[in-house]
Amino acid sequence: MGAMNEQALAKYTNNFLREVEERVEEGDWVKMCMQCGVCAGSCPFGPDWEHSPQKIFMMIRAGKRDEVLSSDSMWMCTSCYNCVVRCPRELPITQIMHGLATYAERLGLAPKMNPTRKFSLQFWDNCTRTGRVNELKLVLQVYFRDGFVSGIGKFWDMRATGLKLLLARRMNPFELLFPHRCKDAKGIQAMLKKAYEIEDRRKGFAK
Amino acid sequence: MTEVVATSQTIVVVGGGISGMTAALEAAECGRQVLLIEKTPTLGGRTALLYRYFPKLCHPTCGLEINLRRIKASRNLRVLTLAEVTKITGTRGDYSVTLKRSPRYVNENCTACGACGEAVEAAIDNPYNYGLSKMKAAYLPHAMAYPQRYVLDPSIVGTPEGAKAKAACKYGAIDLDMKQETLEIKAGAVIWATGWQPYDAAKIQPYGYDRYPNVITSVEFERLADPHGPTGGKIARPSDGKEAKNIAFIQCAGSRDENHLRHCSRICCMASLKQTQYLREAYGEAAKSTVYYIDIRAIDRFEDFYKKVLGDPGVRFVKSKPARIAEELQTRDPVVHGVDTEGYHRYATRHDLVVLAVGMEPSVKGADVPHEIVADSSGFIESAASGGFFAAGCASNALDVNRSVQSATAGALRAIQVVRKSDRVEA
Repeated sequence: MGAMNEQALAKYTNNFLREVEERVEEGDWVKMCMQCGVCAGSCPFGPDWEHSPQKIFMMIRAGKRDEVLSSDSMWMCTSCYNCVVRCPRELPITQIMHGLATYAERLGLAPKMNPTRKFSLQFWDNCTRTGRVNELKLVLQVYFRDGFVSGIGKFWDMRATGLKLLLARRMNPFELLFPHRCKDAKGIQAMLKKAYEIEDRRKGFAK
Repeated sequence: MTEVVATSQTIVVVGGGISGMTAALEAAECGRQVLLIEKTPTLGGRTALLYRYFPKLCHPTCGLEINLRRIKASRNLRVLTLAEVTKITGTRGDYSVTLKRSPRYVNENCTACGACGEAVEAAIDNPYNYGLSKMKAAYLPHAMAYPQRYVLDPSIVGTPEGAKAKAACKYGAIDLDMKQETLEIKAGAVIWATGWQPYDAAKIQPYGYDRYPNVITSVEFERLADPHGPTGGKIARPSDGKEAKNIAFIQCAGSRDENHLRHCSRICCMASLKQTQYLREAYGEAAKSTVYYIDIRAIDRFEDFYKKVLGDPGVRFVKSKPARIAEELQTRDPVVHGVDTEGYHRYATRHDLVVLAVGMEPSVKGADVPHEIVADSSGFIESAASGGFFAAGCASNALDVNRSVQSATAGALRAIQVVRKSDRVEA
């Protein structure tokens, strides 16, 4: 077989769909999409992102690996499940979108500057460290995301709400220094580590 | 009327639509004894409620008339209207069928003169127009009704309205003392030609059939186009009676959808293509149809018709299953929202009227038939363990009239084989 032939073969062998089926959560559903467009039209964030689920699924099948994995679309999903309940083929679209986002993040291809990606990472880090979400820390991180001055501005805008939360004992300033934690935070971290190990082994992520 | 004689050589056909009529006639014309049972007061079923057939756009009255003449000429075929099967026992070649006959309150003397209809004032929803209009409670179902006899709605029997109808009849045809009867008959084979019903469009929540008056179903649109229909053939919007010239046809409304009907209903693409031509016929150049589709399934020879409609400048095709329908508050115009597949463009398009091409579901789901029966995952009848049941027409699958008739003829042939066998056993 000549080099030209092999090139053509490589071009037309859809490895990316197979990759998605094997390594992305619920990825084996992608081939079931019949391109009706109901998900795209049902998405409340539809006009605001680059690729609708319908388009993402078609791009996967067309082998557009880089465009799919670096897309911001999966990061914009708010898990409203509108697409899932309306999909005539019952595809778990929300789950696939989150699966794709996670997969892109693992490969380091996710868009670095995407705000929802940043927030997701901050949230995950926040809640796995102690086994409890530290809301005060999370809020501060979000407020000061765009620099100190902008953070102070947001803080000032929300002062009335903050004061009420404080009086109602829904917010404790000492949390910043002494965060509450679950009984066995170490245990949770060990559990997550083991889960990653199992997933790596099953999905064939090389260590 | 009630002394129905039947033996184990009799073939019972359940359902008097185009499939049931065909199956019954084919068997009867082969010299078999046939009993045709129909639940409503008239034969003709849903075919009689169509305005035109596709692809030739001829009138259903034509095909029905031929069959009615054959029925009148056949000595082997008996017709029971207002009868329902309630129970079946026995096996292939030897069934015992229990029937429930509802009273018509009108006997054979009726000449369909219409005097009772004029005398009565009470009105009921007209099921032959899918409830889009009212009709008198003493009525002739439709112009093609067979038997050509009036019916009294049970709601007026025992009231002064019923007495009015009786007083108006010059022929002594009205008998208010008729009672419901139960009869049991023998049969060798049973053909289920129980037909279909439109899927309940209100269940497709994002399309708002239950909320927006200007979202209607394809079967209702068929009645709007028909001169015998609720608007006398004027294609008008239900909300304000204005002429509807800009119409959206939404395909797969309920079909090919795991949340509704799993199967492709097969006729809806052709039905919508046909209906775009009704609009063209009514409004000429001013007619604007938009067909929203996943893919057009114009099977085999129908491709020609599809090509013809594709070439019509008044018809636009949008490859997309709309996500939802909204309504403009002031005008009550429906607005169709979605994203198309050819380029992923987001659209929000206003129309005068939206027609949902609703799917076909078997009107007697497999489980509801009063005997053990094998049905597919959509409820279409396949067979029975006892081996003497056959499905014909839309009871067996989503079919158009042409294919229903073919299926009915096949059903008749299979049923004849069964009663032929029981012939030989007895001989």
